[in-house]
Amino acid sequence: MRKASSVDPRRVRELVLERSWKAHVGHIGCSLSVADILAALYSGVLRVPRPKDPDRDRFILSKGHAALALYAVFHLKGWISRKTLDSYCRDGSLLGVHPERALAGVDFSTGSLGQGLSYGAGAALAARLQRSGRRAYVLLSDAECDEGAVWETAMFAAHHRLANLVAIVDLNGQQAMGYTKDVLDLSPLAQRWRAFGWEAVEVDGHDAPRLTRALARLDTRSGPPHVLIARTVFGKGVPYMEGQIKWHYWPMSEDEYEEALRAVRSGGA
Amino acid sequence: MRKAFVQALVELALAERHPRILLLTGDLGYTVLEPFAETYPDRFFNVGVAEQNLVGLATGLAEAGFIPFVYSIATFASLRPYEFIRNGPVLHRLPVRVVGVGEGFGYGCAGPTHHALEDLGVTRIQPGLTVIAPADAQQARAAIHATKDLPGPVYFRLGKDEKPLVPGLEGRFELGRAVCLREGQDLLLIAAGSVAREVVAAADMLSARGVRSSVLLVSTLNPPPVEDLKAALAGHRVALTVEAHYVVGGLGSLVCEVAAENGLSCRVVRCGVWSAPDGASGSQDYYYRRHGLSRGAIMEAALRELRKPSSGRGKRLGRR
Repeated sequence: MRKASSVDPRRVRELVLERSWKAHVGHIGCSLSVADILAALYSGVLRVPRPKDPDRDRFILSKGHAALALYAVFHLKGWISRKTLDSYCRDGSLLGVHPERALAGVDFSTGSLGQGLSYGAGAALAARLQRSGRRAYVLLSDAECDEGAVWETAMFAAHHRLANLVAIVDLNGQQAMGYTKDVLDLSPLAQRWRAFGWEAVEVDGHDAPRLTRALARLDTRSGPPHVLIARTVFGKGVPYMEGQIKWHYWPMSEDEYEEALRAVRSGGA
Repeated sequence: MRKAFVQALVELALAERHPRILLLTGDLGYTVLEPFAETYPDRFFNVGVAEQNLVGLATGLAEAGFIPFVYSIATFASLRPYEFIRNGPVLHRLPVRVVGVGEGFGYGCAGPTHHALEDLGVTRIQPGLTVIAPADAQQARAAIHATKDLPGPVYFRLGKDEKPLVPGLEGRFELGRAVCLREGQDLLLIAAGSVAREVVAAADMLSARGVRSSVLLVSTLNPPPVEDLKAALAGHRVALTVEAHYVVGGLGSLVCEVAAENGLSCRVVRCGVWSAPDGASGSQDYYYRRHGLSRGAIMEAALRELRKPSSGRGKRLGRR
């Protein structure tokens, strides 16, 4: 397997398009919106010497429906083979639409929104109790913040000053049936997190170097928990998908696939 | 059983070479949890009134090697965070212990929001989730000790009170096994939870009327004590299940499953809660009387069933 020390988000997007087209499965737009965030996390932010290292940083893809992008990253990291990646959504594969812990590299199974942040807070508290410097990173969707349980954990983490807990919200402004501003307005999201006692940093979610710097600057040893509000574009890199609700679930036709691939390969992402 | 549970938890923690046991509460257990909280303040967390986060935190802690006990009233511990239990410790096969206090009508006049009448049903269907409903404080303590090394999750359904004890039980507990409290050939009484004391008392009253009853106590709902149930059912024509729980999903359903799947001819009569709450409030004993769970009501139900021709005793009891 080819290993990469840094993950190229353009390659992540290509693989997302290829596998979702082959499997004829949707959730493309949200996988494209997190490609740069995942690439930044797995290009030196997360301290994961190997997927089962007990003292590794924990990562929770709380918006589990973007798992295809995570699988693409795992492949580019050399953690899963091309053959395994190609099994996406096939019968008997460990690579389903949502990530399962049975796959090395997935710390927690997700898929039901609103649960991942509490796992992350537990992981961060465990690290503190075990006097470990490891951190827990949780990637949420913006509409996931509709879930009340997110705010239960937000209060707990702030109360206990879990500085080693880092949430990243993929603020693409869309959810399954509409735009978040129309369905359930979340704005001003950063202020809401701050009101709950978190350090909130707003950042361009498609600027990998800036994301990396923002993550590196966080004090994960003392102070409040952290949230990066990452402004993203749903379907980023494929113009006909960008900002379009239907690409939450819709799979591509062959023509659409070819066009998408061309766009991603020629894009500057 | 609450105090017995906490005492057992302190004992387990004292015996640990590497600290793994944690206690998390959803802001319940005032004057109950202090023996642990004061002995191990750094291993005790009141997370506030937030049961979903309670179970989610425990999932993250257990993944890192801890054994978190999460504590609340049974309805709040099992039903509010049910999906967190399912997708957390169950799906991840992690040693989270969910402790629900106030089985059945234990919270009496607190009313229907506090009555745990479906927790056994919803928990025992989760594969790999061990479900334990001790009948008294001594058995609760034994169950906590007996399950300390289980690698998967456990749901403990505890009664509030330390007394009374179930006569003849003497703290016996074996995971996945039923406990035979007495043997008699006329009737089989099967109980779960602290209502077992009413069942034993009913057996005494039946005995005074010449009816010899077996009393079987099922304290592990999952994994179910199938062989013990098969053996007991095979030896009787009529079995009454008794539980402070809706008749669907709990002990009665479990016994029916075992009887049907094994082609046993024993007729199963379920004593439990058949109706929805109607607003009337009262003590646990009041609810027992209303739902046929008092010793007198259990005895009457038994006699009624034994009078039916299929019981094999119909003629004899019918002449009385």
